[in-house]
Amino acid sequence: MQPNVNVVSLVSIGRHPQSGRSRRAEQDGRAVELGLSLVGEALTVVHVGEDQDPVLRQYAGMGLPSMTVLSQGKECDALPVLTSFLKAQLPSVVLTGVRSESGESSGMLPYLLAEALGWPLVPRVAEILHIKDGQAEVLLALPRGQRRSVQVTLPFIASVDNAAQEARQTAFGPGLRATLHVETVDSVVDDAAIQWEMSAAKPRPKRLKVVKAKTAADRMKAATAKPVGGGGKIMKNETPAEKAQAIFDLLLEEKVVR
Amino acid sequence: MIFDWLPPTLIGVLLVLAGIGAVRRINLWRAGQSEKVDILAGLMAMPKRYLHDLHHVVERDKYMSRTHVATGGGFVLAMVLVVFVHLFGVKSEILAWALLAALVIMFCGALFVAKRRLNPPSRLSKGPWMRLPKSLLTFSITFFVLTLPAAGILPEGFGGWLLTVVLSVLILMSLGEMLFGMTWGGPMKHAFAGALHLAFHRRPERFGGGRSTGLKPAVLGGDVHGVSKPTDFKWNQLLGFDACVQCGRCEAVCPAFAAGQPLNPKKLIQDMVVGFAGGTDEKYAGSPYPDGSGGVQDVGNAVGGKDQIITNGLINPDTLWSCTTCRACVEECPMMIEHVDAIVDMRRFLTLEKGDTPNKGAQVLENIIATDNPNGYSPASRTHWAADQNLNVMKEVKQADVLFWVSDGAFDMRSQRILRSFVTLLKAAKVDVAILGDEERDSGDVARRLGDDATFQSLAKRNLATMSQYRFNTIVTTDPHAFHCLKNEYGDFGSTALDGVEVLHHTTFLNRLIKEGRLQLDAFSGGKVTYHDPCYLGRYNGEYDAPRELLASLGIEVAEMERSGYRSRCCGGGGGVPITDIPGERRIADMRMEDVISTGAEMVAVGCQQCTAMLEGVVEPRPVVKDIAEILAGQLKEMH
Ligand code: SF4
Ligand code: SF4
Repeated sequence: MQPNVNVVSLVSIGRHPQSGRSRRAEQDGRAVELGLSLVGEALTVVHVGEDQDPVLRQYAGMGLPSMTVLSQGKECDALPVLTSFLKAQLPSVVLTGVRSESGESSGMLPYLLAEALGWPLVPRVAEILHIKDGQAEVLLALPRGQRRSVQVTLPFIASVDNAAQEARQTAFGPGLRATLHVETVDSVVDDAAIQWEMSAAKPRPKRLKVVKAKTAADRMKAATAKPVGGGGKIMKNETPAEKAQAIFDLLLEEKVVR
Repeated sequence: MIFDWLPPTLIGVLLVLAGIGAVRRINLWRAGQSEKVDILAGLMAMPKRYLHDLHHVVERDKYMSRTHVATGGGFVLAMVLVVFVHLFGVKSEILAWALLAALVIMFCGALFVAKRRLNPPSRLSKGPWMRLPKSLLTFSITFFVLTLPAAGILPEGFGGWLLTVVLSVLILMSLGEMLFGMTWGGPMKHAFAGALHLAFHRRPERFGGGRSTGLKPAVLGGDVHGVSKPTDFKWNQLLGFDACVQCGRCEAVCPAFAAGQPLNPKKLIQDMVVGFAGGTDEKYAGSPYPDGSGGVQDVGNAVGGKDQIITNGLINPDTLWSCTTCRACVEECPMMIEHVDAIVDMRRFLTLEKGDTPNKGAQVLENIIATDNPNGYSPASRTHWAADQNLNVMKEVKQADVLFWVSDGAFDMRSQRILRSFVTLLKAAKVDVAILGDEERDSGDVARRLGDDATFQSLAKRNLATMSQYRFNTIVTTDPHAFHCLKNEYGDFGSTALDGVEVLHHTTFLNRLIKEGRLQLDAFSGGKVTYHDPCYLGRYNGEYDAPRELLASLGIEVAEMERSGYRSRCCGGGGGVPITDIPGERRIADMRMEDVISTGAEMVAVGCQQCTAMLEGVVEPRPVVKDIAEILAGQLKEMH
């Protein structure tokens, strides 16, 4: 543990996929867990939203003596409030989930925060191995249980992948007794979002999977093998400009950019 | 005579020391939390509770009950007379003769105590308990001889100073055990603490043939939830622990102990005593906790103190999580000690304060909180099982004669077969029935037994609020756990939803239907059948007859297992134990299936979906497992 590092975990109100009921969000819970394993009770946990939400007590029940709530209504945008909070706090590490379970759930918040603060963003973190001399060694989660180790300079923002350590059990008593530091903030109403109409998603019909494999070994292979992208190309020695051009061409080809 | 003053002085000194010990002991109990007890009424009721209720339990072991009457009764009478004859020096031959008679009775009893100790069963504690019969015999012989002159049988001053000195030494030894040991922690402590425990019992409803099995609600919102250190127990719970005679009857019936899981209810109670009195368990001379892999744990390393957290060094949490809350120990305990209350109290601390429910516990609790069922299914799919059942839903009909409480069996395919069978029977009997449908929630049983009383209370209140919107006369459920919660535990939350409503288990209800002639059934001809009493139906609610009468109505003569009725062995499914899953040497369900097989039955009838799941989980070949509702539905006469 490195309690002298300033770590902030951002948490939101999750939504249970079956019941639709409010809950501690999966990935945000992992962000708190990761923060606790890094710095213990020195962790700062921040929520932007309503300070009365009982779900906050579920986060606090993970053993947080206190939480910070930047209090504002549902219709307000979290981004500007968080940006100014983090600018004032200047933490070394900010942990978030990959995407929220309710609201827009665009997964953009960590990116927009990183942009506003001018910090690097490390997406889909599985583990932070250690922090030393202004550098952190971070394990990224790749598909199929693979990991990639990267070095990041502090301060940075990391989104926490489902591969990270699961959130610990929340305990009722400590959650109830934790102090909530409620800060009133200059909120900005999210004009665009309040125009939107939310409706339940309909499950898309799934294409039937035809299993061609004849033997158990084949099925195992089919289930575990890496997808082989036929058209892939590795560029190592080209100049950054050439690499950028290649990416741009691909985006054009895939009609992502027109 | 130069030493004549010695015996009375010794008696007096020991009495005073016993008095000092009693005050000390009482202060140890008083370190517990306050609890309202009617002291006077309790003391007045105590003799009756001893003679009637306690003896009712001791009676199950005829040898011991007679021995105890003789020894205990003889001693109490003798002690009172000793005070008059030898301490106050009352000169009365009648008293002296009465004293002699009491001592003879005691002597006879003590002989039988000694006989049992010649080759004691493993459930009995050894150590100082092996000394007790000798002390009892010495006491009776010594005072017999000492009383002979007073009775006029021997001349005054017989034996000279030598006899007086010898008798004095014997008095010191035996009376030391009986009086000094009684209040300073010797084996005789059970008499002193036991008498007061009977007087100030936390569940006085249990006396006089009553039943009190619902857990007491945890107070939510304080500095600590549940019991973390011994002084968090109520004072009369501490007193109760002190009453234990280490007879090991609880140990002999505990399914977890038999399965080699790290629990022994007797040791647990002794550890509680170590906790509030302080010290270590090195003096414990009974069976240790099993270690979960065929061996036993070492004794002597557990350290406790009244303000020390119990699970830090006194008791391993695995011990607490091994308990199925089957109540076999409570049912069997002659001192009427409440093991299950204590275990759940300590579990509450682990879950509500430490967030440390083992294995699947955390996930199950999280699911219950987020979806009102332990497996995290969509609450909107709760009534899918009844899609083809054409059942009334309360939300639409608002009232019905009978509310069928479906329970979480609704999500489980095996349990659904029981539910469907029961509905078939209800329809055949033309019962006006409705269900809550998707408005029903988990009863809270699992959450409560796992120590999460916050979630239990929240579920109970929401279920009560739902039910209060509708009108019905009876609730019937096929799940004994939900039955217990609804009947015995929902009453603590100030709702009127269940006022005047009768809560019944489906076997009781079906039995009534049959007696009223509303169900026509064919006789059963499928071979030998035995019946497994679910703990939460039998010991928790005293329903042993209805299931048997139902089977009898089909012409089935139940081939009873050795452990049946109030002595039924748990299936291993209660108390959240399948969720916490503490390793043992064997599985409880396997042991129960062996009980079944030893009757030669081809089918075991049960009245609980959890028991069904546990027993059906035993590898085949084994007897068929069926709920009574399924058996009855199979025998329903075709209506034309
Ligand atoms: S309730 Fe059952 S499992 Fe628990 S200690 Fe008592 S006998 Fe053992
Ligand atoms: S708790 Fe009860 S049954 Fe168990 S050893 Fe003590 S007195 Fe006997």
